[in-house]
Amino acid sequence: MEWESVIGLEIHVQLSTQTKIFSGAPTAYGAEPNRQASAIDLGMPGVLPVLNEQAVRYAVKLGLALGADIAPRSVFARKNYFYPDLPKGYQISQYDLPLIGSGQMDIELDDGTTKRVGVTRAHLEEDAGKSLHEGFEAMSGIDLNRAGTPLLEIVSEPDLRSAKEAVAYMKKLHTIVRYLDICDGNMQEGSFRCDANVSVRPKGEREFGTRAELKNVNSFRFVERAINHEIERQIEIREDGGSIPQETRLYDADRNETRTMRTKEGADDYRYFPDPDLLPIEVSPAFIDDVRSDMPELPDARKARFESEYGLSSYDAGVLTASRELADYYEAAAGACDDPKLAANWVMDELSGALNKEGLGITESPVSPQRLGGMIQRVTDGTISSKIAKDVFEAMWAGEGDADTVIEAKGLKQVTDTSEIEAMVDEVIANNPDQVAEYQGGKDKLLGFFVGQVMKASGGKANPQQVNDILKQKLG
Amino acid sequence: MALDANQVREIAHLARLAIDERDIPDYAENLSEILAFVEQLGSVDTEGVEPMAHPLDMAQRLRPDKVTHIDERERFQALAPAAEAGLYLVPRVIEQ
Amino acid sequence: MHDKTIAELSAALAGGDVTSLELVEAYLDRIRRLDASLNSFITVDADSARAAAREADARRQRGDAGPLTGIPIALKDIFCTEDLKTSCGSRMLDNFAPPYNAHVVAQFKAAGAVILGKTNMDEFAMGSSNEASVYGAVRNPWHRDAVPGGSSGGSAAAVAARLTPGATGTDTGGSIRQPAALCGISGLKPTYGRVSRYGMVAFASSLDQAGPMARSAEDLALMLEVMAGVDERDSTAADRPVPRYSEALGQSLDGLTIGLPKEFFGEGMDDGTREAVNAAVAEYERLGASIREVSLPSSHLAVPAYYVIAPAEASSNLSRFDGVRYGYRCQDPQGLDDMYKRSRGEGFGPEVKRRIMVGTYALSAGYYDAYYRKAQQVRRLIRDEFVQALAEVDVLMGPTAPTPAFDIGSKSEDPVQMYLSDIYTIAVNLAGLPAVSIPAGESGGRPVGLQLIGDYFDEGQLLNVADQFQRVTDYHKRAPAGID
Repeated sequence: MEWESVIGLEIHVQLSTQTKIFSGAPTAYGAEPNRQASAIDLGMPGVLPVLNEQAVRYAVKLGLALGADIAPRSVFARKNYFYPDLPKGYQISQYDLPLIGSGQMDIELDDGTTKRVGVTRAHLEEDAGKSLHEGFEAMSGIDLNRAGTPLLEIVSEPDLRSAKEAVAYMKKLHTIVRYLDICDGNMQEGSFRCDANVSVRPKGEREFGTRAELKNVNSFRFVERAINHEIERQIEIREDGGSIPQETRLYDADRNETRTMRTKEGADDYRYFPDPDLLPIEVSPAFIDDVRSDMPELPDARKARFESEYGLSSYDAGVLTASRELADYYEAAAGACDDPKLAANWVMDELSGALNKEGLGITESPVSPQRLGGMIQRVTDGTISSKIAKDVFEAMWAGEGDADTVIEAKGLKQVTDTSEIEAMVDEVIANNPDQVAEYQGGKDKLLGFFVGQVMKASGGKANPQQVNDILKQKLG
Repeated sequence: MALDANQVREIAHLARLAIDERDIPDYAENLSEILAFVEQLGSVDTEGVEPMAHPLDMAQRLRPDKVTHIDERERFQALAPAAEAGLYLVPRVIEQ
Repeated sequence: MHDKTIAELSAALAGGDVTSLELVEAYLDRIRRLDASLNSFITVDADSARAAAREADARRQRGDAGPLTGIPIALKDIFCTEDLKTSCGSRMLDNFAPPYNAHVVAQFKAAGAVILGKTNMDEFAMGSSNEASVYGAVRNPWHRDAVPGGSSGGSAAAVAARLTPGATGTDTGGSIRQPAALCGISGLKPTYGRVSRYGMVAFASSLDQAGPMARSAEDLALMLEVMAGVDERDSTAADRPVPRYSEALGQSLDGLTIGLPKEFFGEGMDDGTREAVNAAVAEYERLGASIREVSLPSSHLAVPAYYVIAPAEASSNLSRFDGVRYGYRCQDPQGLDDMYKRSRGEGFGPEVKRRIMVGTYALSAGYYDAYYRKAQQVRRLIRDEFVQALAEVDVLMGPTAPTPAFDIGSKSEDPVQMYLSDIYTIAVNLAGLPAVSIPAGESGGRPVGLQLIGDYFDEGQLLNVADQFQRVTDYHKRAPAGID
């Protein structure tokens, strides 16, 4: 039987606000335990939550980016359960009236086609703290620094049909939150976390199979592996005539397997109800307009513009807009020269290669986009050849100044003086009588040999086109 | 609705309350009486009435995203039944 | 001196007839002598009170005194007081000294008021008799075998016995007004949102409201001026100016329309209470008010709606008491679940556990719509009826409680009977309206309270209407025997 997998993702995005969603404690990662846990984050008696405006602003920003409905009135609800990293015994979340309603996102598939994926909703909630199990006998330590960090949970429709599509969706959402600058996107630190709902059904069947929820698949690589593994596991059970229980499963990256965390039967009854400490969030059209006026150009629009404005291929435009920082770099470099396509090649080849080699991100590049553009301009205006440009780039990377300084200091300026080149050509012809005879006898391929000799004599600085022309003319 | 002993145990578990087995019949009786009392609500027609969660028709105030925190960890943890190395200690968490 | 009201003491302090330290010593002495038989205080903070009194006297010397500077007050033990035990009448918080002050406490301190100590209360404010305190029942100063009412029973008894000229209370379903009525004092539940809830241990967040308890409407006005106002730490505190309530007293009641909700005068009311309330209404007619009957047809549903909504919110609010970060933790827990269950099972008393379980049940899957949602819908019906009635009249009037103080132990075995003692007060909390209870005579030698209900944020008018009555009657001046 042929099977089809059905996947929906719930992605938790930590919003990069300065303070917690309901308290004035900082959200910085990596502080000493409980140093950033205020009375509110600790759930002390009598203290009350007050909503951080920036969290609302960021959520609305994402809503606008997903073309989603922004609820004029939405409500916080309490999700009640006991766990040591949940100080109040309830999580403040949103339930039946989320801030962000249905929207959508386009993802690009491997075959170059675009797929529209529905987003069911996105809601604001508070993060929990962390339990640490090492270092204490029969005890766990509780660190509540993370408690109260604002989260936006973005729930997709079950529109994804393969692990690859799921990854494409996750990557695209990651790109968008980075573009919007509402999340630092750091997956190691848990700023961008993913739960996946996975089920399988016989191909052609309309009804969904029973789903398993995969918890905490927190890297692009693990998501693909975990989902593929889960799909295989479910198909195997179904083909053996078994049924899938509705349950929560945990992905173990070390063993590449998923295992049961809790089944539906043992599931908590969360007793959601509207949080009486918080009033309805009212978002006015003016507030939305204000957020909209602050929206950056989004990846899809920027890619289209790169194609039309800079004449880039769809592929190149896609690569260069995959992150906001890369796109910003490229635009700055392209703006500093007259050949945006050449700038694209440089950013994607030489620069990316050099950064990869040293494990640096685009924002850590030792060569600024202005300097890279300036160097490209020297290629375009014929000051240096493309070959010499690589040397100039290396020198700039090593911190030897901008292109003009390097060219000047190393005397790399291209020789374009015809008489100077003619002199070098004459010398090469004079020194290689045998090859001249062979060439004139019809061995055209030898032209390359002569060009090479002249270039060598010039230290690589002679203009190759001029060398070519003069050689042809002199050799007859 | 009358609650039986098992339902009382389930609710007590959900609320994480240890209830002495000997007290369960009393709780079952009291809770059943209270529930029977509040079930008068069922007699009134509330079709189309929007539930009211707050007495006032006010919207949520928003707080500027500014750090106002003062680290008082030592003071807070002096109140804790068990704390060590800046962490609150609880019996080992097994699940998850 | 102890028989004087806050307004009178304020004048005496201002006139140099007495110092704050002398006052504080006098009240501390009364507490020492008289409270053993009343049990109205959980904590007396004598040293801090003396220090605060000296500071208040110094402040007065500097010419920087306000109406409450140097005035002793007591706080219900539900208001967090920095480094001073705040127990909520519970074993759960017996060892809890908060690292912060409630907004109300900070306001009183800033005004120069002197905190004598913390008063007894029903555990987590859940009760109408003050029998549900881990520190023992409070006795009614008028009749030592009777309850003082609850949950702010300690505050009411302390004010009635002149152990403090004023005290704070909290009112979720009548917890200021009912004990005020039963102890023969004045108590105001302000509009929901008038006073910040920050630092007040939460019982039912959409109903809880702090308010003053004292011996006259004028004193309530003076205290409310200090307590009320916006607080950026409470999202539900209303951002509107605080009038000078005490300066708005003395307005004639000519042309005032008083509505008597007929549902408040039905069966179940004690005869003496009915007579006292009717006499008070007649007094208001003499003061120039016109009387009309109004109807609040859904008010019989207020108690059942309340006993869904309040326990539901409480079940969640009290989840934070889990033995992890503060409060009681059981001995030798056998694993996490055991720690939760025994800490909570041993830390909470029976009524608190009952309400947590009722609330847990009402919110649980499959029952939410039938209980919680339904109760919230009924809440709106009740609110709308009040709004309609208050469009027709200026103030609503009726009894505060159906009976005067009942005997200790007489209702403690029957939760539903106990709940019905708040039958006239609870609807006001559901609607979020302000209401005041003032003394209006006696029934069988026990005080009767008259309840006045006003429109949202109309505490000014409400207090004036109460004050006018107190200018022509002396019920509020009567003192119980045996407190000299």
